[in-house]
Amino acid sequence: MNGYNFAYLDEQTKRMIRRALLKAVAIPGYQVPFGGREMPMPYGWGTGGVQVTASILGADDILKVIDQGADDTTNAVSIRHFFQRVAGVETTTATTAADVIQTRHRIPETPLRAGQILVFQVPIPEPLRFIEPSEQETRLMHALEEYGVMHVKLYEDIARYGHIATTYAYPVKVDERYVMDPSPIPKFDNPKLDGNPALMLFGAGREKRLYAIPPYTRVESLDFEDHPFEIQRWEHACALCGSDHSYLDEVITDDQGGRMFVCSDTDYCQSRRGEVA
Amino acid sequence: MKKPVLERPVLLDVQGITRLYGPAKGCEAIDFQLHAGEVLGIVGESGSGKSTLLRVLAGLEAPDAGRVVYRRSSGEPEAARSDVHEPDTARRGGTQALGGDPQANAEAELDLYAIGEARRRALLRLEWGLVHQNPRDGLRMGVSAGANIGERLMAQGQRHYGQLRATGQAWMGQVELDPGRIDDAPRTFSGGMQQRLQIARTLVTRPRLVFMDEPTGGLDVSVQARLLDMLRTLVRSLGLSVVLVTHDLAVARLLAHRLMVMRRGQVVETGLTDQILDDPQHEYTQLLVSSVLTP
Amino acid sequence: MHSMTNTRPRLTVNGLYKQFLLHGQGGLEIDVMRDLSLTLQAGECLVLAGRSGIGKSTLLKMLYGDYRIDQGRIRLHFDDGDLDLEALPTYAWHGLRRDVIGYVSQFLRVVPRVAAVDVVMEPLLARGADEAESRRRAETLLARLNLPERLWRLPPGTFSGGEQQRVNIARGFIGEHPLLLLDEPTASLDAANRDVVIALIGEAKARGTAMLGIFHDEDVRERVADRLLPLDGSLGGLSNASQTCRESLS
Repeated sequence: MNGYNFAYLDEQTKRMIRRALLKAVAIPGYQVPFGGREMPMPYGWGTGGVQVTASILGADDILKVIDQGADDTTNAVSIRHFFQRVAGVETTTATTAADVIQTRHRIPETPLRAGQILVFQVPIPEPLRFIEPSEQETRLMHALEEYGVMHVKLYEDIARYGHIATTYAYPVKVDERYVMDPSPIPKFDNPKLDGNPALMLFGAGREKRLYAIPPYTRVESLDFEDHPFEIQRWEHACALCGSDHSYLDEVITDDQGGRMFVCSDTDYCQSRRGEVA
Repeated sequence: MKKPVLERPVLLDVQGITRLYGPAKGCEAIDFQLHAGEVLGIVGESGSGKSTLLRVLAGLEAPDAGRVVYRRSSGEPEAARSDVHEPDTARRGGTQALGGDPQANAEAELDLYAIGEARRRALLRLEWGLVHQNPRDGLRMGVSAGANIGERLMAQGQRHYGQLRATGQAWMGQVELDPGRIDDAPRTFSGGMQQRLQIARTLVTRPRLVFMDEPTGGLDVSVQARLLDMLRTLVRSLGLSVVLVTHDLAVARLLAHRLMVMRRGQVVETGLTDQILDDPQHEYTQLLVSSVLTP
Repeated sequence: MHSMTNTRPRLTVNGLYKQFLLHGQGGLEIDVMRDLSLTLQAGECLVLAGRSGIGKSTLLKMLYGDYRIDQGRIRLHFDDGDLDLEALPTYAWHGLRRDVIGYVSQFLRVVPRVAAVDVVMEPLLARGADEAESRRRAETLLARLNLPERLWRLPPGTFSGGEQQRVNIARGFIGEHPLLLLDEPTASLDAANRDVVIALIGEAKARGTAMLGIFHDEDVRERVADRLLPLDGSLGGLSNASQTCRESLS
């Protein structure tokens, strides 16, 4: 496209972001500051993820973009169109076909393979922020592994609700060192972070932080001995594909209170239906 | 009849501590030793430098000059403290961790401001405690009483919710709070109750050394007495060593074994609490003691 | 030469001097004690004698560490050596008071709102004694001193002078310290309770406790004193200096 460098960002900026990403990969779970650029979309629309994707995208890469698991929601569609225009790359909705997948709030149900890169859009990168407003102090707490307050939060959940009520952005410990916010994915997806063959990159545009989970890294969800980490479960199977092991969304179907549960991952659901048919 | 054993090991050796914000503002050339099991009161009027000194001693503010040396090998044997969990960092053997560095363990002396910030903070979290005058400074007001008490234990690596809760309830009982209120937020507690909660939160890991800054300061007189009695009991039953800052000579009389009188950043007189209050030598101490209203 | 083990004193005081310097009174110096010496045996009750108001309490307060020692020597004797109180480091006094020197003062000074029985048992708890046993002993003593049982669980702040005095006596005697300082323990007691205190002193003597006391009541003095220590020489002629000093300070 005329007037723009490949993938919108200039090469200097991409190099800067790639250097930060290398550092992030080298120190799994550590938040690396980077010189975030203004993007032609508002904060909250994935500017962090878009910059990461722009920096790593090659001309031959096939891109998939999902929002809440779906390829056809506004955010996913607009970001996909953005890269089609500024990079001219091929796009796909098939998880297996994609080289780079930018995501908001989900990890695809189809297991990722080595060589794939998953780029997360992150609103608040700092897992300690809820208890400590000072950035200087949270950085020190990370440096010194002072993570007792993370369990204070989980304790509070159990005290209040009888179980750990945190259901998304559930904190993890990466490579037995850094406590990390996995972005607002459902805790259902947390086990997929652990030992995943794909590279996972996280970009926070507003806060200008990058972090990463390299392939096959140990990622543990924080918990208590007597209240171990558990993922969500549903009494229903997907009303469309019959899956009894995927993350389900509740969909209202009419004005009479009719509703059904369907896979949040549209590509997964569709491919299952294709197989069944 | 045998001679009593009166020797107590030195726990804290304070050498020439100076921290000045301006002429006679702060504290200057302070020397003293705190022995295991002692309650040392630092008394003086506001602006005497006693709070600055406490901040330096408690590891919160580096001095301009001087050393604060903590002798770890003193006090009761390590075996008696096996209930205290090792921190996450210690398990990982991180070099910055207090318990994870074999060299640090072997060291009998820790120079508070010569060791790194990491080890200093670990020390404050594991072996020391600080009770603030205002309980809001020492509590997390947004989380429940139980979480407040459990935080230090969780920081030390305790990961059993049921045990944390049981410990929390036991400590609430110890500080005369209703264990049934373990899930209530501190903001629903009165000032006296908040202060007792802060004390439970601080003492739950059984620190060897506790710093207290006007612990009864903001409280109604009727609440003070109960807190004083509680502190006395805890000091005795836990064998605590305490540095207590107070402007209240009555509080000092009831809690401290020994007093240090400060004025304009300097120590003007030290001695047994009864000596300072009943037989003051320095002109300023005489003035201070004679200025107290007795009902 | 006989063996000295049994006749060796528990306490020796040599050439004790005490002066108060009052900065607030233009540097007024008041000599309250000069060249006082005494010895005290185990199992002996030595009663300080002298005109009323010459500051006999001063000596007790110096022995208990309340007043500093300007000059002179106070030595405690043990089987395995002596302890010089004037050279004792400050931190050591706490342990000394807990284990060796007990003091029954005229006035009760305690944390407000603490129950009488808890006040009495505290010296035992300070030594790490069992709480139930300490409580039992405290109650036994309070019962002996005829303090009504309904008062045991109440803080003594509101008690009458005589009731407070009995709490104080119980607290002083419960620890069975080898050296006991008695500052008019019977001052506000009725005859029956005076008899109880006299009995307690007798029992302490039998245990080998060395006691130094001030008793205004002549009858009590005669019944408990093994010896009198005349103090008019070392404290006399000084008027009411010690008292004047205290009052000018407070």
